[in-house]
Order: sequence, then C-alpha cells, then structure tokens
Amino acid sequence: MKIIAAMSGGVDSAVAAARAVEAGHDVIGVHLALASNPQKYRSGARGCCTIEDSHDARRAADKIGIPFYIWDMAEEFHEGVVENFLAEYAAGRTPNPCLRCNEKIKFAAVLDRAKAMGFDGVATGHYARTQIGAMGKTLHRAVDPLKDQSYVLAVLTTEQINGAIFPLGDTEKVDIRIEAEARGLAVAQKPDSHDICFVPSGDNAGWLRDRLGSEVGPIVDNAGNKIGEHKGAYTYTIGQRKGLGLTIPTSDGSPRFVLKIEPVTNTVVVGAREELAVSKLIGEKTIWCGPAVDEKPLRGFAQVRAHGAALDCTYYFDGTQLVAELDKPLLGIANGQALVIYDGDRVVGSATICESA
Amino acid sequence: MSVYLDHAATTPIFDVAVKAMTDALTKVGNPSSLHTEGRSTRKDVEDARDLIAKAVGCLASEVIFTGSGTEADNAAIKGLFWKSEKKIIAISAIEHHAVLDPARWLVEHEGAELIEIPVDKSGELDLDYLKDLVAKRGSEIALISVMHSNNETGVIQPIAEVVKIAGSIPVHTDAVQSFTKTPLSYKELGVTSMALSAHKVGGPHGIGALILQRAYEIPALLHGGGQEREIRSGTLNAPAIVAFAAAAASKIYEASKVEELRERFEAGLLSSAPSAYINGVDAKRLPGISNVTFPGTQSDSLLLLMDSMKVSCSTGAACSAGVHRPSHVLLAMGHNEVSAQSSLRFSLGANSTTADVDFALSVLPTVIERGRAANQK
Repeated sequence: MKIIAAMSGGVDSAVAAARAVEAGHDVIGVHLALASNPQKYRSGARGCCTIEDSHDARRAADKIGIPFYIWDMAEEFHEGVVENFLAEYAAGRTPNPCLRCNEKIKFAAVLDRAKAMGFDGVATGHYARTQIGAMGKTLHRAVDPLKDQSYVLAVLTTEQINGAIFPLGDTEKVDIRIEAEARGLAVAQKPDSHDICFVPSGDNAGWLRDRLGSEVGPIVDNAGNKIGEHKGAYTYTIGQRKGLGLTIPTSDGSPRFVLKIEPVTNTVVVGAREELAVSKLIGEKTIWCGPAVDEKPLRGFAQVRAHGAALDCTYYFDGTQLVAELDKPLLGIANGQALVIYDGDRVVGSATICESA
Repeated sequence: MSVYLDHAATTPIFDVAVKAMTDALTKVGNPSSLHTEGRSTRKDVEDARDLIAKAVGCLASEVIFTGSGTEADNAAIKGLFWKSEKKIIAISAIEHHAVLDPARWLVEHEGAELIEIPVDKSGELDLDYLKDLVAKRGSEIALISVMHSNNETGVIQPIAEVVKIAGSIPVHTDAVQSFTKTPLSYKELGVTSMALSAHKVGGPHGIGALILQRAYEIPALLHGGGQEREIRSGTLNAPAIVAFAAAAASKIYEASKVEELRERFEAGLLSSAPSAYINGVDAKRLPGISNVTFPGTQSDSLLLLMDSMKVSCSTGAACSAGVHRPSHVLLAMGHNEVSAQSSLRFSLGANSTTADVDFALSVLPTVIERGRAANQK
C-alpha cells in the first residue's frame, strides 16, 4: 500500500515508519506542524512539534530511507483541538485533547488529505492493534498494558480504522526502544511525551487562567453555604482535595473534595469523599469503532481515563446516549471525560460523559 | 533519476568548476602567505577575481569574496547602513530574505526605518513610488536595495532607473539570480554594491561575492585578518573561488536555449491546465524561471505529488521550519493568501532538456487533479 507515516520526531512514530517500510508499504514520512509559532527546542517531555522535533523526524526518515515532508496543520489543530479544549473548560467540563486530535487531525484532516492524494492510509506510532474478522477491521488494545493508547483512539469510526495502521501494537515499549537503537535511530532514548502538547510549560491551570480569566468566585458546600473563595473555577478538577485553601473545617474534620464546577455561576462545589462516588455513566456524541450497540444490555469494560483501569460494567445504547452501569462505584468523574467501552480487548466505542450518578 | 526543475534553488556544478576545484583542493598554500606556495595560491585567487570581474563588468579590486550570496547581502545592507548617519532603508517589497531580514534586524536593533517599495501586478518595481519617496524623504535615506531579478518569479527589475532616481543615495542590488542568465554589468548599472553567488551559476556552494565600488569603505561584518579590503576577513577559500570563476567564465549557460525550453513548458502547461496562470508573464523575465499558480490547490501538496512522480520543483517561497507560508513576493504582486499558496516555481538550468520539460508536462494533469482533491478535504 501507499501510506503516509505521521512522524512526530519521537521514537514510537520513527519505529512505526520503519516497520511500515519493512512490511512492504510504499511510505512517505510526514511531520505535522501543529503549533502556529513553534518553539525552537523541546524541553524534556513537554511540548511538541518544536523545530527540533521536526528535525528529529527528518533524520529518522533519512535513516529509514523515505521521503519526508512537513504538513502545516496548525490552523486545523487550533480550531479542532485547542479551541475545543478551551470551550470545554469554559463550560465546566474536563476534555481530553488527545482524543480530539486523533478524531479531527490525524485520522481526519491528515487521512482525508492522504487519500485524496492517492495514498491508502496513515501509519502512526500509537500503541494499539487492529484485527480483521467477521466484524471487519476492529480496534484493540495494545499488548503493552502500560502503553496501550486504544483509549485515545476510541473516537475513530470504522472508516477511519480502515485507513489506520498501527505497527507498534504487538510490542512492548522497552522493546521498541531496543529496536530503535538497533535500527540506528537517534531518537531511541528520547523521552516520551507527557502532558498536553500545546501547554509547553506544563502548567495547565496557569495556561487556562491566562485564556479564560481568573475571576474570583465562591467555594460552597453541598447545601450552598459559602466556605471559601477560588481564583478561577476552570482550574479545579473534580475530585481535587489539595489547594482548596478552605479555613472552615468540617464538623468531623474529614477532608473535602471538589464535586462540581459550575461555570455559569463561577462556583466550585465541595463535599465529602463518598459524594464523589458514581456508578452510572452517561455519554453523548457516541462514536462506534465497530458495529453499533443497541438498547440490549451487554457486559464489558468501561474506561474513563487514558491509562485508567478497565471497570466491569453493563452497557447499552438507549437510542441517543451511551450508558455504562459500573459494578463498583468510581470516584471523581468529570463531565467531558471520554467513556470508552471495551468488549474484552476490542474497543466498542466511545462517548463524552455528560452525566453521572 | 528524477527530472530536476529547481535550478533557481541550486544548479548542478559544471565540470569545469569541479576540475578547477579538485586541482585546487590538493594544493597547499594560504593565499595570504608570502612564500612560494602562498604566492601561487594567491595568483590562482587573483586570476579568479579577474575572471569574475570580467564576467560582471567591474574592476578586479571591486570583487570581495564572501561565504555566500546571503553574506554579501548582509555585508552590503548592514555596511551601507552603518556607514550612513541616515535611518531609512528603502527596499523593494519582493527582496530575498537575505536582504529583507538584515533590514528588519536593523529596524529592531539599530533604530532603522524600513520602507518597502511596492511592485505592480506583473512584479515590477513601482518607480513612481520610489521617485516620490526620494523627492519627499531622500535626505533621510541611508540606502536603497532592489534585487536585479526576483528569485521566485524571475521578473527583472529596472535597476538603472532606480540608480538614476536614487541620485547620491547608495544602491545595492542582489543579482544572485541574474548573474550569467541575463545581461548584467555592474559598471553600466552604476550601483554601489551587488551580491553574487557561485552555486546558482554552476559553481560550488559556500562561495559568493560582494561587488563594491573601488575605494568605497563600509564597516565590516566579519573582523579578523582583513583579507578582503578589511571588509571581509577569513582565509580565502581558494578552491571554491577558482571553481566559482571557472563556472562564471564558462558561458555554458545558453539563455536562448533555456528560454526556448521555458516557452515550451509554459505553452504545454497552459494548454493542459487552462485555469493555471504564470506570474510575471507580462514582465521581462529571466529565461529559466516559471512561477505558476494552480487555482484550487495547495502548493505543498503539489510539490509532494510532483516529487513522488519524480519531478523536483519548488514552492518558491521561503520555508519556516519546513512549513510553507504564503510568499511575500506573490502577496506583493496582489495575490491573496490562498492563491499565493497555490503556486509552484519551475526553474530550468544549463543542462535542462526537452525531455525534462515534456516529462514534467506529462505528470502535471494527475498532480493537479489530486492536488485539487486534497485541497477539498
């Protein structure tokens, strides 16, 4: 096949491109320039698409022996990922921008452009697997549980999965580094990316405050009594215990946790740990990664964070919303998080949590 | 092998230059040394200087060898500014970054005021604007810089007229693209300084020249041994210099032949892609450059597709970290950001052939079709 290998400048996408070549594909390396004003250098595990990263990607492509180009997707990224991230926080939700990037950029803007130009698909360095069976091409967890990225890919439709190639899904990360070393790729020991790529400082709260303001507002208990003040509701996370600055103790001295963020009234609601517990998750904007599910309850696993646990659940689709009823309650769920359903290691689909109880 | 249509970026080194350079590489002797070996290398360098002077129509003493065309432009823009007490730098809106960026740097760091002289739709300098500027603010202008021909469109600029209008104001011209391609005489133009580069004329990379009026002193960019009139220091790169001269003096580049090929290319292109248009087509252009806008496409997609079909061309514009930006040259010619990013530069060289042109024409329809499809995504 003729494919585009998306190359970030990291070790994973470099090895993925090399494996794609070895698998007999006709591969062209593409580095996505996602920041409109890229920084020159990378600092540790943060930031991405710096000029240094694009250089690393180019050198990996040289080593592998494939053509290399840079595609400017800064505008698409800003609109589809960064603005969405801000809007979600402004609405009091907690979004995952990596899902949006896969949904809007890597397997939409890039894949569409590649197909129009005569390519058959896009290979990335994600840790996930695909299988072809009775249900067509389906998305599955990677063999390395610590690196598995199927969660952030659970926004891909069957058509997008058909155009996706994940050469690393069958290998553990440690072995990818060894392989990169053996292939002579200079990025073999480059640190992994963490955090949010477009917040190079790593200070998400500060980044949000700069853009959404830091209007002082009340911190209230569940009965609505004001017990403190916050500096910008957006910077709190559901389940957060530290840094609330509350001086009025609870009657039994138990700690308080953030239960809710209400952007309209700029209020942060706190309460006891038990009040964080939920066992029913309801999600909207459902995307099926394979056959659609109906109202008939099925047994499977729910996952609500990128490297979170797979939680035993019963799930169904009520016609408009995806519902997961957890066997054991879970603490600290924020609206905006992605609910991903698995059938064994197969990704069934995902939805954006809009309600929990 | 692919068809190479990016000669304006760099052109293959001529055999005569390879020979001259290879011979010089194994020869010992710093041209500044006084002994036999030094004198021998010095002679090679001075012979080369004579050849370059002859090729560009200046005195040998007016040739200052530099490490690149960019260095020559920087030395001129900064040197002429530093020499003057005046603050205005007037440049054309279509200058190469080698002129534009030092001028901007002087604005940022040394209080210069930058005035960009517009061009018309065909890419030619607006002389009336310049006249008006000189009439109103001539006494404040430190220097004027207008390129001899544009690197993206090939449009030749009216330098002799610029010099006339400038009067006593120093004029620099970046003649990197014009040298050996179109009649060029330093003396006849009457400019103060001129920048040249070897690798655009069949010479090696890493060598250029600043042509600067005899006895006209400007502050140096590089200080050191003072080798080149105290204006440029650094051990003379004798092998590159002799190769530069060999290429410049060779007359291997046949302008009429290249122009014929370009005409064949443009005629073929316009008949197979009727919506395409050639930028600067109404102006006097260098023989080898064809800058084409393909409406409804993005040039980086086109370039990738051309490359994958074994034709090497260019988006023409400078890249910032490999990311394609709209060309300031096309914007200055009245393009909007979209159409400016829908253009490719094809440039022919001394060794280009009819077969090259025909092959490029044969892949273009598919490339344009796919490029349009990609743009609709």
